[in-house]
Amino acid sequence: MVSKILPLQIKNASVKKRGKKIIGPIDLGISDAGFTIIMGPNGSGKTTLMRLIHGLENPREGTSTWNSDLKTAQLSQSFVFQTPIMLRRTALENITYPLILQGIDKNTAANVAHKWISKINLEASSNLNARYLSGGEKQKLSLARALATNPQLLLLDEPTANLDGSATKEIEKLLQDAHEAGTRIIMTTHDIGQGKRLAEDIIFLYRGNIHELGMAKSFFQKPVTREAQAFLRGDILE
Amino acid sequence: MNDIVEGMLSAFRLIFSLDADLFEIILLSLQVTLTAVIIASVIGMPMGAWLAVNRFRFRRLTIAVLNALMGLPPVVVGLIVYIMLSRSGPFGVLNLLFTPTAMIIAQVIIITPLIASISHQAIRDLWADYHDLLISLNTTKRQRIFTLVKDARRSLLTASLAGFGRAIGEVGAIMIVGGNIDHLTRVLTTAIALETGKGEFAFALALGFILIALAIIVNLAIHSISKTERASNW
Ligand SMILES: Nc1ncnc2c1ncn2[C@@H]1O[C@H](COP(=O)(O)OP(=O)(O)OP(=O)(O)O)[C@@H](O)[C@H]1O
Ligand SMILES: [Mg+2]
Repeated sequence: MVSKILPLQIKNASVKKRGKKIIGPIDLGISDAGFTIIMGPNGSGKTTLMRLIHGLENPREGTSTWNSDLKTAQLSQSFVFQTPIMLRRTALENITYPLILQGIDKNTAANVAHKWISKINLEASSNLNARYLSGGEKQKLSLARALATNPQLLLLDEPTANLDGSATKEIEKLLQDAHEAGTRIIMTTHDIGQGKRLAEDIIFLYRGNIHELGMAKSFFQKPVTREAQAFLRGDILE
Repeated sequence: MNDIVEGMLSAFRLIFSLDADLFEIILLSLQVTLTAVIIASVIGMPMGAWLAVNRFRFRRLTIAVLNALMGLPPVVVGLIVYIMLSRSGPFGVLNLLFTPTAMIIAQVIIITPLIASISHQAIRDLWADYHDLLISLNTTKRQRIFTLVKDARRSLLTASLAGFGRAIGEVGAIMIVGGNIDHLTRVLTTAIALETGKGEFAFALALGFILIALAIIVNLAIHSISKTERASNW
């Protein structure tokens, strides 16, 4: 059993790009269990915060401290991007790729991949090049690819944007299953209904800062800040 | 017009006469060019991939130089290789001047920048696409290059074919370093130059058509190979 990578402690971190501060300074602790949803208007820094957590963004200042060593932490988390990045390979090979990188032998990797392909109902397309899949199928496939490595932490950037109801439902089911199996989940969404359905905790980002943070129930029922209230009402926030 | 028709006819006649000298020339053309393409690909492709994936100080300059080298005049390459290989040159002891090996060396120098540059573009585009995923998956530099080369293999094949096209039709450099010696270093292009010089236009043209046909056949052959490979996956 690999050592536990969570909790994560982020201290005083900020991300700057081209001289402009995108987020921060932020202090944030990520506990080892739970389902956190990051909400906030477009451009508030949700994607950047997720990338910062994942280590794709180097903080200009501040620190991230994992419970484990950095290498283990990097190997035990998966990121699902806002626009799916598909390898120009078959659907099946898209799932086996990270497994093989982790040193799992080809046969075992193929078995795992088949299991996931059938979980997302893509058997018929398992040998199709992934670029021919529909947008929703790509999103399901990148989620399956992320889950197949059995990560301790799963980060998802708007995994159901542009999807219809039934595809959204399928993905939410996979997320709930993963959550019940003990995967720590952090995701962003614009869908308030989805936030209510899935979240245990909410981080509300506004202009690159954590504006509100707490239990989902109280956030949706009694948002504290004016911006969060307006956001939940559906008002347009600048 | 008559010359062209006459040229085509004699091209057919030549081929069907199964002229041994002609086949020798064709075979040497293919042998020299394919060897050069393989060597240039082995050098140029990883070079292109490496340039696409790494950030270093003189990267832009290196790429600019590489692109400039694509336009290298073959005659100049021929001249330099000639000087290097000639008896008084630094590699004179190897006795390579006026051999097919000298011709391969010249062609490798001519097409490596072309293959590296096209590979670089293809891999750079794929890298832009894959970047976040491959970083997120903690790939090592080696794994990245390996993945990119593998997944860009069809564009890389195009790079090789471009190199082949340039090399098979090249005459200036191989004339200088090969010397167009009958039964030794005579290839299609140098034979065409020779026959043209002698005023044997129909014969020269016939050889020209054979050259074009050869280029098309090789392209089609490689295309169909990549297609069968693709059928299962793509
Ligand atoms: N490379 C960059 N250079 C300059 N500015 C950037 C860069 N990347 C992001 N930004 C800016 O940072 C801000 C936050 O971007 P981010 O993608 O994190 O927002 P977001 O909350 O995910 O938005 P959305 O809801 O639209 O996905 C935006 O204003 C964006 O323009
Ligand atoms: Mg975003």
